Amino acid sequence: MKLTGAEIFIECLKREGVKTLFALPGGVVLKIFDMLHQQKDVEVILTRHEQGAGHMAEGYAKATGKAGVCLVTSGPGMTNVITALADAYMDSVPVVCFSGQVPTSLIGNDAFQEADNIGLSRPCTKYNFLVKDVNDLAATIKEAFYIATTGRPGPVLVDIPKDVSMAKADFTYPNSVSIRGYNPTVEGNKWQIKQAAEAIMKAKKPILYVGGGVVFSGASQELLELAEMTQIPVDMTLMGLGAFPGEHPLSMGMLGMHGTYQANMAMHYSDLVIAIGARFDDRVTGKPSEFCPHAKVIHVDIDPTSIRKNIHVDIPIVGDCKSVLRELNQILRATVNGEQKDLRKPWWDQIRDWQQAHPLAYHQEKEGPIKPQQVVKRLYELTKDRDPIVATDVGQHQMWAAQYFKLAKPNRWLTSGGLGTMGFGFPAAMGAQAAFRDRLVLCIAGDGSIQMNMQEMATAVLSKLPVKIIILNNGFHGMVRQWQDLFYEGRYASSNLGTTPDFVKLAEAYGAVGLRVKKVGDLDAVLKEALATDKPVIVDVPTYPYENCYPMIPAGGCNHEMILEDPPELKMKQSGGAKVTPEDKDTVLTA
Amino acid sequence: MDHIISVTVENKFGVLSRVAGLFSGRGFNIESLSVAPTLDPSMSQMTIVTSGDERIIEQIVKQLNKLIDVIKVVDLNETEFVSRETAIIKVHTKDVDRAEALRIVDIFRANVIDSTPTTYTIEVSGDPKKIEAIINLLQPLGIKELVRTGRVAVAREPVRQAAVQAKKNARE
Repeated sequence: MKLTGAEIFIECLKREGVKTLFALPGGVVLKIFDMLHQQKDVEVILTRHEQGAGHMAEGYAKATGKAGVCLVTSGPGMTNVITALADAYMDSVPVVCFSGQVPTSLIGNDAFQEADNIGLSRPCTKYNFLVKDVNDLAATIKEAFYIATTGRPGPVLVDIPKDVSMAKADFTYPNSVSIRGYNPTVEGNKWQIKQAAEAIMKAKKPILYVGGGVVFSGASQELLELAEMTQIPVDMTLMGLGAFPGEHPLSMGMLGMHGTYQANMAMHYSDLVIAIGARFDDRVTGKPSEFCPHAKVIHVDIDPTSIRKNIHVDIPIVGDCKSVLRELNQILRATVNGEQKDLRKPWWDQIRDWQQAHPLAYHQEKEGPIKPQQVVKRLYELTKDRDPIVATDVGQHQMWAAQYFKLAKPNRWLTSGGLGTMGFGFPAAMGAQAAFRDRLVLCIAGDGSIQMNMQEMATAVLSKLPVKIIILNNGFHGMVRQWQDLFYEGRYASSNLGTTPDFVKLAEAYGAVGLRVKKVGDLDAVLKEALATDKPVIVDVPTYPYENCYPMIPAGGCNHEMILEDPPELKMKQSGGAKVTPEDKDTVLTA
Repeated sequence: MDHIISVTVENKFGVLSRVAGLFSGRGFNIESLSVAPTLDPSMSQMTIVTSGDERIIEQIVKQLNKLIDVIKVVDLNETEFVSRETAIIKVHTKDVDRAEALRIVDIFRANVIDSTPTTYTIEVSGDPKKIEAIINLLQPLGIKELVRTGRVAVAREPVRQAAVQAKKNARE
């Protein structure tokens, strides 16, 4: 029996086990939407903006480990989803995006709502396809899912012209895929792994540096075994949070620009860096020439281009983290003995000293303005037993969330790392909630970034996605303000938001619930009320506007040279700060 | 130093833009690039001449390998190779210059492939130094147009292996 392209599309989604499709219609994809309307296997979540659809697919993918799927129309639909694709590309998120295209006969004619979808998406997708013949559609979709989810995962775009979705073809779904130019290496080189094991046995000051690759390959258990067996401290990247239990005694927390003191010091003074599924991003290395000056480097990554891109590597191992760690653990199990513990005792003494010298710190006065760290800390303590999924936007609140929300398991942390996309958090949280209707999904946001995809509140209400948004509302693009205070002599160029909507009323206007924390004493009660609500909730928390996020390594700085608190001149400037509330911030600015 | 990278790719729409986009997006140099189908029409062979230090070349090779439409990448500088480039040069030739032009063509074992009363069109192949040399000599006559193909290259067959093969063939 012959099926139309639109029907083939739906059949393919079913074969791939897709239950949820984040989508927004338009002229050239109407046939597909018409068919979606007549079936029940794939739920369509109608978003308000294509960027939202893209981030929802990302959130879905990060929380489930499976491909997230979105469908957009041609022209502006496509250009709107580009940010989400670029975000997914940077953070290696498996997303399959379907875009509508004008009929093949019109391609290149500057038709209504035409865009060069392939050209636009080429630099921000792992691969993209233009389907010119309906007979190729099924095989193309199979390849798209295969490419998105294997090797180093990433977004794949499938561009479907209108006439292809209407034309008919016999439907057969291929069982397997073979692409001659694409064969990701899964198993690591055995000799190299043996070298790594020997280096680990000998090291006096080793450090594990783990990233998002551990999360995506599902290697947390293997990592835990490795760390516990060898008693090596674990630094996590922003993307790697949750790969290792945050409260584990071996956890150093996050490293990098706003990483913990001990994480960065341990990295700088180590003699062996064991990088697993991390890519030596500039937010981690600081100044590359002075990065880990005393260390040998082992680098495990499935993507060969990540190795030696930024940093010299002594023992490169190309392969899947899980497979490599299994092999490595097997060797170490036979060789590890009590000697390493003695060998590394001075290292651990040093690390404990660092931990005690400069733990993460902030000062919350009982009657004073609410400190953002306090909000994250209480939110963490109130929800940790419910194993929540936590999404964030980008900025100060993201860093505080990374520091104070100590995730126990992987796939709970949805954040935009590489691209740093403000507006990511809320739709990503919704994507995760769509995958896990019964779980608690939190979105920690800033008052600046939440406004970048606020429109999706309508989607949350319509599709009954009861995400809990906690806005750390400081009236600023806080991270920008922090840089201006530290590096631009306190000139707040366009970082003061000036006017911010009443988020409580805004939530209510959408049919969601809005709550506000008026003083620090009310924090727990309001958070509890929000957590007990079965609707989407915005909790607006006006926080102290001049709080800065520390530790901080200035861009291009060296990892052991952290700024740990406000410099004296900044403290002076803010000395009246204790009384500051968002309402009278302008008076402080001019003071 | 120039590096010659030989890349076997899928012969399909959009592949050239993926390769070119990789170079421009990551700030790598392309000195020249030539593409044509191989014996197997489903594949094309690209010869890319690029430059950079060891780390950049390593990245270029890895990034090329990462492209899904790329089937094989060989950094020819790691082996012995032979390379050629062709140029087609249209020169002005007044009465006295015509003999001089032909002399130069002769010296460089080039060919005249088109002729009008006032011009010669000359084809020359060789390594880039030879092309540069003939251009320098023809310049005083007045070059009207110049096109170059960019280099193509193949790895040399290892001599020992070739000798063994020849022996084997002789026996059969």
